[in-house]
Amino acid sequence: MTSPVSHHGSYEYQDPKSEEEVVNVTFIDRSGNKVPVRGKIGDNILYLAHRYGIELEGACEASLACSTCHVYVDDNYTDLLPDPVEEEDDMLDLAVFLRDNSRLGCQIILTKELDGMTLTLPQATRNFYVDGHVPKPH
Amino acid sequence: MLLRLGISRWAACRLSTSAATSTAHVPKVCIVGSGPAGFYAAQQIIKSHEAAEVDIYEKLPVPFGLVRYGVAPDHPEVKNCINTFTQTASKNRVTFLGNIDIGSDVTFSQLRQAYHAIILAYGNAKDRKLDIPGEELSGVLSARQFVGWYNGLPEDADLKVNLDVESVAVVGQGNVALDVARILLTPMDMLRKTDIPENVLACLDKSQVKYVTLIGRRGPQNVAFTIKELREMVNLPGCRPNLIAGDYQHLKDLIPSLPRPRKRLLELLAKTALDTPAPALASAWASAQKEWRLRFLLSPVEVLAGADGQTVSGLKLAHNRLEGDGDNQRAVQTEETESLECGLILRSIGYKGVPIDSSLPFDHRTGTIANDNGRVKGHNGVYVSGWIGTGPVGVILSTMTSGFTSGKMLVADINSGQVDVSSARGGKEEVLDILSKKDKKPVTFSDWNRLDKFETEIGAKLGKPREKVTNIQKMIDISHD
Repeated sequence: MTSPVSHHGSYEYQDPKSEEEVVNVTFIDRSGNKVPVRGKIGDNILYLAHRYGIELEGACEASLACSTCHVYVDDNYTDLLPDPVEEEDDMLDLAVFLRDNSRLGCQIILTKELDGMTLTLPQATRNFYVDGHVPKPH
Repeated sequence: MLLRLGISRWAACRLSTSAATSTAHVPKVCIVGSGPAGFYAAQQIIKSHEAAEVDIYEKLPVPFGLVRYGVAPDHPEVKNCINTFTQTASKNRVTFLGNIDIGSDVTFSQLRQAYHAIILAYGNAKDRKLDIPGEELSGVLSARQFVGWYNGLPEDADLKVNLDVESVAVVGQGNVALDVARILLTPMDMLRKTDIPENVLACLDKSQVKYVTLIGRRGPQNVAFTIKELREMVNLPGCRPNLIAGDYQHLKDLIPSLPRPRKRLLELLAKTALDTPAPALASAWASAQKEWRLRFLLSPVEVLAGADGQTVSGLKLAHNRLEGDGDNQRAVQTEETESLECGLILRSIGYKGVPIDSSLPFDHRTGTIANDNGRVKGHNGVYVSGWIGTGPVGVILSTMTSGFTSGKMLVADINSGQVDVSSARGGKEEVLDILSKKDKKPVTFSDWNRLDKFETEIGAKLGKPREKVTNIQKMIDISHD
């Protein structure tokens, strides 16, 4: 993928320069509220979420070392995204409530064909085991 | 940088409603511990309450806890969360007070007096012991201390580590166990680019360690490490896996029925143990001088001493058999034993918390403070965040979730009146007063920035991210310079 990626998010804070650049996406936050956002080609979903106050953390700052920006991608759009690299899959394995349409927000770069995509944030959880198992004494 | 206008408007609205019905004072909150559990809780409180003031107390003169002293030095990207913590610390309503020990410099009950609410986020200060004969020998260290040593933790900075040995046994198969194994086996040119202190690098440079064996009491299906760390071992330059094929045959039948994370992890493990590696990897393994090994169904029963009676010569292990299925599967020791030759033993079977005050409900078995979703039982206005409440499990995501949850809970309790903010509290001014009578001056966040600059400047000259100052007095002197 050759889209411009800013790892500090300054690119995402620039408004689209033309309508052709605009990519509309909708976030569904952890309380179920829909937040429509006017993104643009090349925006990184993690930093776009930061710009619009969506609770997506991104602890490792898009360096594929955590899964704090885990999102569910609208099923109609999953095939339009490039396949996850091995490092992304390894981090997704540490996400809670992993699903087939799980991705890391920091690895999604907007293209025109993603216009209309919905991204759902997973519910917060108190389960601290990364693979969802419930610990029992040995 | 993070605009969260929606939430703060909501908080402002809630606050004005409650202010209209009672004489609410600015809620004063303190957090004990400045690791991720503390900072994520602070971040959440500042975000979801418009006026609350948050003071973060830290025993060491530097912030960030295990992000600075626990995360492996060759995983610098995991430490990027420091940037967000620094933003939080720079807010007007957040104050960092370093070099203050709760319990000796200020007591928990004094904090109770000075604040409306407290979040305990001081993590796990101790580690679990094997409780076997010979454990007191000088060649037995906790992985916790070893990690502290290579991360420049002041209390472990002068640890005597004898790496003039060929074989090391690591008891445990979690990510800490893999971290210490990896640091012992990684080529020096890679380690020199990390922030491992110079004296530790010098020691690692002279290391004779060739074999690291990680020992688990159950089977390969029960390993606790995660896939990224396993993959790093598989691809570690100059090092090859030495896995006993027979240990992994049964995984092939087990794998298909497992949930994805476990499935991918065990697939990689089985592939590494059983399949012919790709040509590039095969030739890398063939020329490797060092080895990592996994051994299963073994429980340490005795540390064997050398002829001098002081050093370690081996570890006696009892064979285990498994009873039960799935999560109920447990290891049962048998009469059969074997000995593993080794000159250094690192125990890595878990961390545990310690009590901070006798009034708090402490569970000595789990090493945690008894709590209900973060609320400390029987102590209105006292919360836990991170490992002191959950035990030492999970990755940064879990600690973040814990911090956010406790922070949200605290704000909800303030808004509902559950936490009474109708009387003014002295906050940090009251605590500073107590401290000044003891001639104790906290290290502030700008003091830390000074030390941070000092460390990164020295690091730059050495071609590494930073050179940590490992002496507490020196840290304070540079901070207050």
